[in-house]
Amino acid sequence: MTRTFDLATTTRRKLNQALHDASGGESFEVVNPRGAHAVACGITADIDVMVRGSVGYYCAGMHQQGRVRVEGNASTGLAENIMSGTVHITGNATMSAGATGCGGLVVVGGNAGARCGISMKGVDIVVGGNVGHMSAFMAQAGNLVVCGDAAADLGDSIYEARIFVRGDVESLGADCVEKEMRPEHVDTLARLLAAAAPATDGAEASQFRRYGSARRLYNFTIDDVDSLETDR
Amino acid sequence: MCGIVGLFCKTETHRHELGRLTAVMLREMRDRGPDSAGFASYDTGAPGRTRITVLAEGIEVDWGPVAAALEKVLDAEVTVRGVHDHAVFSTDGDGRAARQWIIDNVAGASVLSYGSQIELYKAVGDPDLVAERYDLGSRTGTHALAHTRMATESAVTTNGSHPFATGADTCLVHNGSLSNHNRLRRFLEGHGESFQTENDSEVAAGYLSWRMRSGDTISQALEGALDDLDGFYTFAIGVADGFAILRDPIACKPAVVAETDDWVAMSSEYRAIARLPGATHAEIWEPEPARIYTWSLAA
Repeated sequence: MTRTFDLATTTRRKLNQALHDASGGESFEVVNPRGAHAVACGITADIDVMVRGSVGYYCAGMHQQGRVRVEGNASTGLAENIMSGTVHITGNATMSAGATGCGGLVVVGGNAGARCGISMKGVDIVVGGNVGHMSAFMAQAGNLVVCGDAAADLGDSIYEARIFVRGDVESLGADCVEKEMRPEHVDTLARLLAAAAPATDGAEASQFRRYGSARRLYNFTIDDVDSLETDR
Repeated sequence: MCGIVGLFCKTETHRHELGRLTAVMLREMRDRGPDSAGFASYDTGAPGRTRITVLAEGIEVDWGPVAAALEKVLDAEVTVRGVHDHAVFSTDGDGRAARQWIIDNVAGASVLSYGSQIELYKAVGDPDLVAERYDLGSRTGTHALAHTRMATESAVTTNGSHPFATGADTCLVHNGSLSNHNRLRRFLEGHGESFQTENDSEVAAGYLSWRMRSGDTISQALEGALDDLDGFYTFAIGVADGFAILRDPIACKPAVVAETDDWVAMSSEYRAIARLPGATHAEIWEPEPARIYTWSLAA
């Protein structure tokens, strides 16, 4: 059974408390979010949340395990610091979608704004459209998949994350370079595209280029390479 | 942190409720800036008439004699009506000269705006109460801008409140901070602009006024601003026949835009837009950094 919370008549705090109290297996529906902030933040259980409408800042922040789906747009900080689970929005996201995420999957059906995946630490982010400037800024681990174009300074000061772009890259940021697509990258990308479909609009792994760190900017020595997911 | 909103009615449909819709947007931005607020609205005005909105905070001014003195200076008819601590002068004389005369001759008064279409009100206090006191809700017209301020760099004063307007029918609201405003203020003062505060955002307004007085379109003026303004900014700008948005090249400060066949709305947060009629079917996007967006009534 699905429990419905109408944010026109109940508080977001009650909604979030109910989500925090859930033990797993439940499903929830949220209507009339009207751009409210921090909707469905801090979920730790294996639950399903459907949000019908556009949300404000930090939707599904600090997310773990469950699945949050937003039929609409999201503002700054979608799924910020996500640890695991899935956050999927059908519309556009503004700034810093998936910021600092440590795991899980974030899917943006439309475009994502500036600094998508900033400081990502293991999250996978799939964007059906374009990403704004300075996306994957200081990205440390995980995968950013862009089915459209990437705006200026993609991957600036990137560490060990991988970036896959199907369309044009306006410019690469400092220390970010194009890299060879090896079979393991194609496999990873195909898996992520499948997980994010249909938001990926039929994109296929063979259509993408890979970008990553040239490792000239940060203190990287070849002796440390075994401790990393090697991506030379 | 501050909250800014702008609403531009492309068609007649919502012009009769411009003020009410702007007040709804302003209320949603209340907790981004609970200490002061202001708004500017544009209507069609009367041909050949300039209105000058003046603030005399904390002092009693007998506006009748001021209007009489101004008539002599302008050699033109001047009328005036008081709105709490604001007054709105109306004249068929030279609005720019009237602005400067009031600044120079009416002790304790600030000129908030002048132009044939604009009126501008601002005050310290809860944004809802500011909107109510100056009756934002009943205003009609083509476009409006409003601002809620959380003062971080200077005192909570009415003079630090937005919108800022120094030139005819040109005003802006700003979320951010400029770092080269002192040098730019001196430059603009040398080129005929006059300022009434130490505020960085007033300098941005003065910059646009100077460029447009020199013959620039709003787009040309904003091209110049990208080169000449240093700092963080999301601007919403009103001019006589249009509305514009500009964010700095880093785009730190939030902005969201929604557009329908009838209106364009801009705000710091989507929730200010969410309550507008037709918002659920609007095209919604985040304006790109360093890109100039304009909408014109003429188009």
